[in-house]
Order: sequence, then C-alpha cells, then structure tokens
Amino acid sequence: MECLFGFVGDGFALVVADTCANQSIVVQKTTEDKITCLDSHKLLGCIGESGDRVQFSNFIQKNMNLYHFRNGIPLSTSAAASFTRCELATALRKAPYQVNMMMAGYDKRTGPCLFYLDYIATLQKLNKGAQGFGAYFILSLFDKYYQKNMNVEEALQLVDKCIWEIGTRMVASPANYVIKIVDRNGARLLARRGRPEPAEEQEDLMQ
Amino acid sequence: MSITSYNGSALIAMVGKNCFAIASDRRLGVNFQTIACDFQRIFKIHDKLYIGLSGLATDVQTMHQRLQFRHKLYQLREERNMRPETFASLVSAILYEKRFGPYFCEPIIAGLNDDGTPFICTTDLIGAKQLAKDFVVSGTASESLYGACESMYKPDLGPDELFEVISQALLASVDRDCISGWGGIVHVVTPDQVITKTLKGRMD
Repeated sequence: MECLFGFVGDGFALVVADTCANQSIVVQKTTEDKITCLDSHKLLGCIGESGDRVQFSNFIQKNMNLYHFRNGIPLSTSAAASFTRCELATALRKAPYQVNMMMAGYDKRTGPCLFYLDYIATLQKLNKGAQGFGAYFILSLFDKYYQKNMNVEEALQLVDKCIWEIGTRMVASPANYVIKIVDRNGARLLARRGRPEPAEEQEDLMQ
Repeated sequence: MSITSYNGSALIAMVGKNCFAIASDRRLGVNFQTIACDFQRIFKIHDKLYIGLSGLATDVQTMHQRLQFRHKLYQLREERNMRPETFASLVSAILYEKRFGPYFCEPIIAGLNDDGTPFICTTDLIGAKQLAKDFVVSGTASESLYGACESMYKPDLGPDELFEVISQALLASVDRDCISGWGGIVHVVTPDQVITKTLKGRMD
C-alpha cells in the first residue's frame, strides 16, 4: 500500500513518499527512496511496479542530464513533465510503465510547481495532489487543511496530519516516509518520519 | 468501468449568428475520485478554430499535441491557417489511422469560415464525421446534453444570448452526471473577438 503526495507552499514544493519496498506479504526494505532528484531543482516521486519505478525514474533523470549537457540549460519543470508524459504515452500502447508520479520543481521565473502524472499519462498541474490508496484519505485532509502560501513549519504539520491519518485508517499502511523539498536553493531531503531503524546487530547469530 | 467514462467529460458547441460557442466542464477524475477542477479540454488551433476533446484524458492530451503539430506544419507549408472543414477531415483521418487500437476520445470541432459563417462538427472515436447546423455534444453527459440543447437552442442567437443558452445547457446537464462538472468554461467566438468565461456551478 504505497503512498505518494505533495503540495506547493510559499516558494517551495514538497513531495512525500513512503519508503517501504514490499513483495507480496514481505517487507523487503524500509529505507527505499522513491523520490528521485531529476536535477538540482526537480523532484520526481514515483510509486507502482518496482522494476518500472526504478528504471523509469532513472531513465527520466538521465534524459534530463542529457538535455542539460547538449543545450547548456536545464529543462523547465513543465517541459520536464511534458517530456515524461510523452514517454509514458508512447509506451502506453506498447509496454506500459505501471508507475504513478508526482513531479515537483522550482523555476526562477515561475516559482514552485507540482504535476500529477498518472500511469496512463494523464498530466495535470496542481497545487496539491496524491497518488495511491493513501490518496483517498489525503485528498480530504488537503481539502480541509491546505492553504495557499504555507510556510515550511505549517507544511510539515500538514504532512504529519496526513501520515497519522494513513497510519490510523489505512490497512497495511507503511511506517516510514521520506519528505523532500524543492525551493530556490534546490531539491533536497527535508525530513524523515516513522519508526527509527534498529541498532546494528553486534554478533553473527549463527556463531 | 468503461474506458471512455474513466475520466468524465462534457462538451457542447453551438452555432449562432456569425458566431459560435464551445463549452466544456472542468473536472478531471479517476473513476469517482476528483483530481482537479481546472482540466483543459478545449484547445485553440488558431484564432477562429477550436477543438474540444472528450473521453480518456491521456488521449485528449495526446490528440491535442498531434493536432497542434500537424496544424503548425500546415501553417509553415501553406503560410495560412487551416479552414475548419479541412481540419475536421484531418482529425477524422488521424483517428481512423488507429482504427484497430483507437484513441479513446471524441472530438468536437468548431470554427468560423473566412466569410464569418460558423462551422461545427463532431466525430466518433474512429473518425466518423458528423456535421450539424445547430449544436453538437460529446462526453459522458451526452444524453443529458442532447436533451438540454434541443430544448434551449434557437437559431441565429447573438453572442450574449448564445453564451447564456450554452452555459445553462451545460450546467443543467452536468448536474445529472456524477463524473462531469465542477464548473465550466465557455468560449464565444465572433469574427473580431473571443470572449472566454468560466462558470461556477455545483462544485460536486
């Protein structure tokens, strides 16, 4: 049960994703980073089929690099979102990528922005959005508590409300989350939430 | 759920006296969940030609990109804009190319000819063109839209009256369809200007 959500605040955009990599009933990893930094000022949060998630987000990241390398300037966030949509749409009727995404970025001229990208290549610019089963709970919380131009503290409070709601009301909810922010200073990790990792085992139990 | 009702849509185009109006709802949904209330379904091809695309949102966006590309290429080669009839034939051809794996969208084309007479037509998802003299509708709310337009429409309306009629028809119809609505947008196009207005209806 993966969760991905994000919203735009005052001069920044936030993307939150769970960090659990599951295979059927087994939790394989609790520190899986599902939000890729496409370049210095863009984030791509990606959930869905694990292979497609990793491959597709890396593919988009490398293409962002290639454009920057060839042309000397990075793509704007809306252009990056449009490029990603086209890749998804081209693959849709051949071998679809089963990934749902939220792309956030900061452009000098237009400020922060957030894009919702479906697995069937539906693209929409939004101020607040969510993917996955968590969306059923998070969108209602956004309708009630989201305001335009929140600062980072208020934004983190809203994120904590969402995480608490998912933990309380969603079956098989993930425990750990990563929160990344993008603003004029760039894209970076802001915070983590959830159960802390246990201390390293000292001895080999088989000895 | 049917693929054409995955995202939800409602579109109308109506003919007036030397003008036309094209209107759509603004909801983008995924089945019963609403994602956005400002989704664009009506696209300007040139000053006197608009296309509205209903159906699956991803195909709406793909069709818009393909048509914009083809029209820009046409402009470069012919050094003029496409006439509405020509554009309608282009849309029909592009849709029929994918006859056995179609784009799940049903366009409405509305334009003004060079002499100022309005032109509207619609096609189905595989490009069967249907011209009309009064109004065309498309989308998940199409049955309601047909009824509302048939009863409210009068020929030779001026731009203001046409705006009123098309808005009332749209809002009345989307209120009876749970997956379209959340407001509306109307473009009224006359030979000298384009008036765009957004409608606020029942936001549910």
